[in-house]
Amino acid sequence: MRILVVGGGTGGTILCNQLARRLAGEIRAGKVRLTMLSASDRHMYQPGLLYVAFGQMTPDGLYRDEASLLEPSVEFHVDPVTEFHLGRNQVRTRSGKTHEYDILVIATGSRIVPQEVPGLSEGAEMFYTEEGAIRMHKRLLEFQGGTVAMVVSIPHKCPVAPVEAMFLLHDFFKARGIRDKVKLRYHYPVNQVHATPNVARWAKPEFDKAGIEYETLFNVKEVDPVNRIVYSEEGTDVKYDLLIAIPPHSGAETVDENNLGQGGWIPTDRFKLTMNGHDNVYVIGDATDIPVSKTGSAAHFEAEVVVDNIASMIKTGTRVREYDGKVYCFIEAGYDRATYNAFDYVNLPELKPPSKAIHWFKVAYNQMYWTTVRGLL
Amino acid sequence: MSSESKVIDARNTFCPGPLMELIARMKRASVGDTFELLSTDDGSSNDVPEWVRKAKHELVSSEKVAGVWHIKVRKAR
Repeated sequence: MRILVVGGGTGGTILCNQLARRLAGEIRAGKVRLTMLSASDRHMYQPGLLYVAFGQMTPDGLYRDEASLLEPSVEFHVDPVTEFHLGRNQVRTRSGKTHEYDILVIATGSRIVPQEVPGLSEGAEMFYTEEGAIRMHKRLLEFQGGTVAMVVSIPHKCPVAPVEAMFLLHDFFKARGIRDKVKLRYHYPVNQVHATPNVARWAKPEFDKAGIEYETLFNVKEVDPVNRIVYSEEGTDVKYDLLIAIPPHSGAETVDENNLGQGGWIPTDRFKLTMNGHDNVYVIGDATDIPVSKTGSAAHFEAEVVVDNIASMIKTGTRVREYDGKVYCFIEAGYDRATYNAFDYVNLPELKPPSKAIHWFKVAYNQMYWTTVRGLL
Repeated sequence: MSSESKVIDARNTFCPGPLMELIARMKRASVGDTFELLSTDDGSSNDVPEWVRKAKHELVSSEKVAGVWHIKVRKAR
């Protein structure tokens, strides 16, 4: 049995490690072969980028060697897939190798595509890359006053990041002693301050308390970086002195190039996590088209379901679980307090009031993550 | 112009939510494409038409069938 995992991010790494342990006996006996193909030899903790943008983490803390995170029985190759031949149960890689599989897991994640919005790359700070997060921190330190506008393009990973960034901006400028010189303006695509109703109900009064202005039904159309104006599809515009943008995202380039799904999102059964039309292909994490948050936590919980099902199929011939839409997202509400959103396809409880304890748990989790991706937490 | 609606099944989803799913798909669509949004969120019956009006697209139809809203929207520009 050849299990091939494409993608070494959160979902792919957790899946490989948990599967390696569940199938240790089968792997030792040569009955199962578990292989990971990744585009990078490094694993990045992406939620850390927000902390880098506000000077609370340095970039070196974002990375570990992928090989150091994997169980030794996982065959790991830094050799990205360039061609998927699902009809033949094969993939081809950049080095020209062909890998055959019995079960394929696609965990190729997502990427930012700011070029889809004219003027965005030139005009906005974006903390979704290491370089962008470092630059944004410098710009925030240099900023002396004026309007800081946040705009959000969709789809994007980490749905609560825009809200978190607003609260961190508030505390950042307070700490610098210039909050009274800064107007914070938040612009969001739907008609509430966040797409998830419980987050919107919590965040709106918190924005009011912090003096954060907001405009909803604002979908970014283009940015004029010279005159510092951002225009919406809905016909409104806002002048800014500093623009922070959550850029639009797409699926991995290889997904697009192989026509696996429109916009790079692979059509996936939201419960079984199998690719539509391919029962031996699983898709997890940002790469799916299922209507759940594109977050590490979704990738984590999806990986666990797929691990259970692959292991069970091998040991007993049947699947045992379905994904219930479970997501767990911490939400930083400033420098020293946080809440969280834990929900699934059916349940959406109200958020707990932010607390120091949850903030410190999140800070601790920024390190505990490395235990999660080892499949242990 | 495509006469067939592309279905967006956003039933029982909270994040990013039905309207976000619709907006994201409309962004990549061609003018004239029609989407049928399925939503179990009653708020969609107001939220979607409000956005459609502001973004100057066309609301083709909206009806609730067996607890599910079926809202058809055509990309007008």
